[in-house]
Amino acid sequence: MQRSRLLSPICEYTELLNRAFSYQPQAIVELIKDSGLRGRGGAGFPTGLKWDFTAKAEGKKKYVICNADEGEPGTFKDRVLLLESTDKLIQGMTIAGYAVGSNYGIIYLRAEYKWMLNDLMNKTDEMKNRGYLGKNILGKDFDFDIEFRLNAGAYVCGEETALIESLEGKRGEARNKPPYPAQEGYLGYPTVINNVETFCNVPYIICHGAEEFKKFGTDKSCGTKLFSISGDCEAPGVYELDLGSKVQDMLDLVGSRNTKAVQIGGAGGATASEKDFDKPICYEGYPPGGSIMIFNKSRNMVHVLRNFMEFFEEESCGQCTPCREGTKRLTDAVIRIDRGEKLNDEEMKTLLELAEVMKITSKCGLGQTAANPFVYIYENFREDF
Amino acid sequence: MQTATETMLNIKINGKELQAKQGETILDVAKRNNIHIPTLCYHDDLCLSGICRVCAVDVEGQRLLQTACNTPVIPEMVVNTNSQRVRKARKMILELLLSEHVGECTTCKRNLNCELQELASLYGIEEVRFKKPEEKRFPIEENSPIVRDNDKCILCRRCVRVCEEIQEVEAITPVGRGKETSIGCLYDLTLDETVCVFCGQCINRCPTGALTEKDATKDVWRAIEDPAKHVVVQTAPAIRAALAEEFDVPPGERVTGKMTAALKMLGFDTVFDTDFTADLTIIEEGTELLTRLKKALVDKSDVSIPMFTSCSPGWINYIEHHYPDLLSNLSTCKSPQQMFGALIKTYYAQKKGLDPDSIVSVSVMPCTAKKYEADRPEMTDSGYKDVDYVLTTRELARMIKQAGLDLMEIEDAEFDAPMGISTGAGVIFGATGGVMEAAIRTAYELVTGREVPFENLDIKPVRGMDGIRAASVTITDPSPEWSFLDGAEVKVAVAHTLSNARKLMDEVREGKSPYHFIEVMACPGGCLGGGGQPIPTAPDIRKKRAQAIYTEDDCLALRKSHENPAVKQLYEEFLGEPNGHKSHELLHTHYTEKSNW
Repeated sequence: MQRSRLLSPICEYTELLNRAFSYQPQAIVELIKDSGLRGRGGAGFPTGLKWDFTAKAEGKKKYVICNADEGEPGTFKDRVLLLESTDKLIQGMTIAGYAVGSNYGIIYLRAEYKWMLNDLMNKTDEMKNRGYLGKNILGKDFDFDIEFRLNAGAYVCGEETALIESLEGKRGEARNKPPYPAQEGYLGYPTVINNVETFCNVPYIICHGAEEFKKFGTDKSCGTKLFSISGDCEAPGVYELDLGSKVQDMLDLVGSRNTKAVQIGGAGGATASEKDFDKPICYEGYPPGGSIMIFNKSRNMVHVLRNFMEFFEEESCGQCTPCREGTKRLTDAVIRIDRGEKLNDEEMKTLLELAEVMKITSKCGLGQTAANPFVYIYENFREDF
Repeated sequence: MQTATETMLNIKINGKELQAKQGETILDVAKRNNIHIPTLCYHDDLCLSGICRVCAVDVEGQRLLQTACNTPVIPEMVVNTNSQRVRKARKMILELLLSEHVGECTTCKRNLNCELQELASLYGIEEVRFKKPEEKRFPIEENSPIVRDNDKCILCRRCVRVCEEIQEVEAITPVGRGKETSIGCLYDLTLDETVCVFCGQCINRCPTGALTEKDATKDVWRAIEDPAKHVVVQTAPAIRAALAEEFDVPPGERVTGKMTAALKMLGFDTVFDTDFTADLTIIEEGTELLTRLKKALVDKSDVSIPMFTSCSPGWINYIEHHYPDLLSNLSTCKSPQQMFGALIKTYYAQKKGLDPDSIVSVSVMPCTAKKYEADRPEMTDSGYKDVDYVLTTRELARMIKQAGLDLMEIEDAEFDAPMGISTGAGVIFGATGGVMEAAIRTAYELVTGREVPFENLDIKPVRGMDGIRAASVTITDPSPEWSFLDGAEVKVAVAHTLSNARKLMDEVREGKSPYHFIEVMACPGGCLGGGGQPIPTAPDIRKKRAQAIYTEDDCLALRKSHENPAVKQLYEEFLGEPNGHKSHELLHTHYTEKSNW
């Protein structure tokens, strides 16, 4: 189940871009649709559809934005791609630009990754000098350039509309949808926003076709995916695995024994307990973010939960009521539990109701998922409460 | 806000088949069909924000609830505004807001007119399951006419949006993140240290008592109760068109006589009408305009044109902060309130044989910036503080209620003479475009000896609620003194709200303004939509108040400022001539540049 598509050597620029430019832009959109590629940032929206909306949207300009604001707790896979597969990212963004009719690319880089900015900029400069970026790429009358912007450290700016607000110099806060970025994104122009890994999958699909891409994975979760695996295991690191891999197989691969819990998909993801280890990690099972955190039986899950909740309370942007107040109330309660206080049934009932309301009424993905660890950990590890 | 087009579609709300227009939101359709969906961050005047989440409803096929305020309808949409999970969510959100809303309802100025209180009551919040902070977390900021109590703030950001969208002043902003979020100013400055113009539009949009005006009622009561003091009150034209709303009367009811009677019953010694100095302003400002035009056209001297009106103190604050380079374009006339104040302690005191020191001059204004204006160091030309206390419409209503008076049951009374005598031209100062209309009525007649060529004196092009309105008047056959204006097309423009003012000012700054005279009112709709007016406010409400004002003008026998006999008498007995020495001493002033951040 371990693969090396994403982490494999790059496709050669001239060959790849010539191949891409041999398609009509809409044909590329169709190809990406056919491949079944879904967003690798966590939400899993079909990439081809996103490109299609942007391609069909009217705008004097369009933007292709790479979300390199890798901020999900426990994920570090985009870092590896940014460092080792910069070419694929540049290629993927260029092809996206060609497909949707955009000449402007922006890489929105996590503030904590500032140290790699120089290298990245050298790389785009080099590609510009070699004629793979900039004006009239490969003489095909298509211009595409990439610039870099730094995030200022807010987790919520990984949410695509908050990211756009941040790019525009405003507070990083989610926008109302509709309109979606594909219709009105950065500066009001149609905008494609994809995760680093999503773009890095594009060259493979162009080179090898949709069918080859779909060879791995499941019906609804095509291809391979990078996982940042950390925690109580012998061999933590970044792994490229088939979508649909089972939790247990993954644990075996990294040498995890005596496992109590696996946090799948980041702080707002799911917390699997032993009974769930035979479930697959894919859109049909545990939604695959990039992050896998392993906790062995020596860990108290209330401590873990407290860590997650304090994170969300800190990172809530503060605009919508359920997220701002809900993360605060849940965190207060978890701190009390962590200190050894026993909450009565009535209080627990209120908190679970609060968790549900946060999920169904919050404005963006942050608030909608912030209560997940509370619910999962309470349900699966009640003995720790 | 999305614009609704006329393509119709069918949706269902709570089982009821309804017709909706393409582009409408669920809330739009619900409102039109009298289906109540609670809202807090939504406001008719503002962009959709979708942050309080209290309007969340169930939409068939959607896993998550959808906020009615910003979810556009789609064909065959099935909405339930009262499902179990909607009720649960609504209650929870209200509880969360209440748990952070610290303050006693009974001592709050917004008690019984508070949107949070109303929803809590409507949706039966009997207990709040989350612990409230035991003590106040924020100091009350009260060093300007706008008092901020962040403990009552529910972070709906209506204040932020009105400041940003309608005024483009951007003095207030969310500060901090997550649970640390509060509404404040750059670098933790207080409002008086920022570019805030004290227009008070934020107060009018606040759903709770987090933003209120600085109270002057206690000072005024004390003055009234002091037998050694002669307390004079003046009331601005916009008050009479809105005061009744504070007594649960629908917008648009004029209560000029009842208001006057109520003021007398409250114990004010003399009740005057600011309309009187509105008329006076027209004489002074009209003369100033014609003098400027003469200087420019005949003397070819360096004089700033267009000239701007100077009645709106929020606008004065704005130009001082943002367009100080255009201060020479500003009419040197004080606002009617301040002209009044200066005359009460001079002309009126002399006439009545009163010691000016014993006079307390109170004004009732639709405005919070008027409080700031009255405290300006420039405003002591009478040798005293020209206006001692400024009450907003809301404060006057509180005093009337405190006195146990039922406004609507009081028998009408008349303003006192002589400064209670006014014309329809003075009344329309209360609506956007009114100063311009009054000025044109007088200036045209002054120059030509004929009435303005508009039917019934109604200068319709400058009326209405469009953000910027322009008009022109061509002068023909003027009297010999004004012959230089023969054939001249005098171009005028009117702007209300500061965002619209900005557009006109930018033109002037670039040297591209075609106008000779520009009226600016800081607030939407003019003074009738001022920051001291009854809450709530909305486009419809302001239109009704405007109607009331224009009806009052229509009903009056005198509708041109220069026909006001009391103003004529004032010139004969005291001032001498318009723009004369005495006028300059008492009725004119100059403003100064302020920092723009």
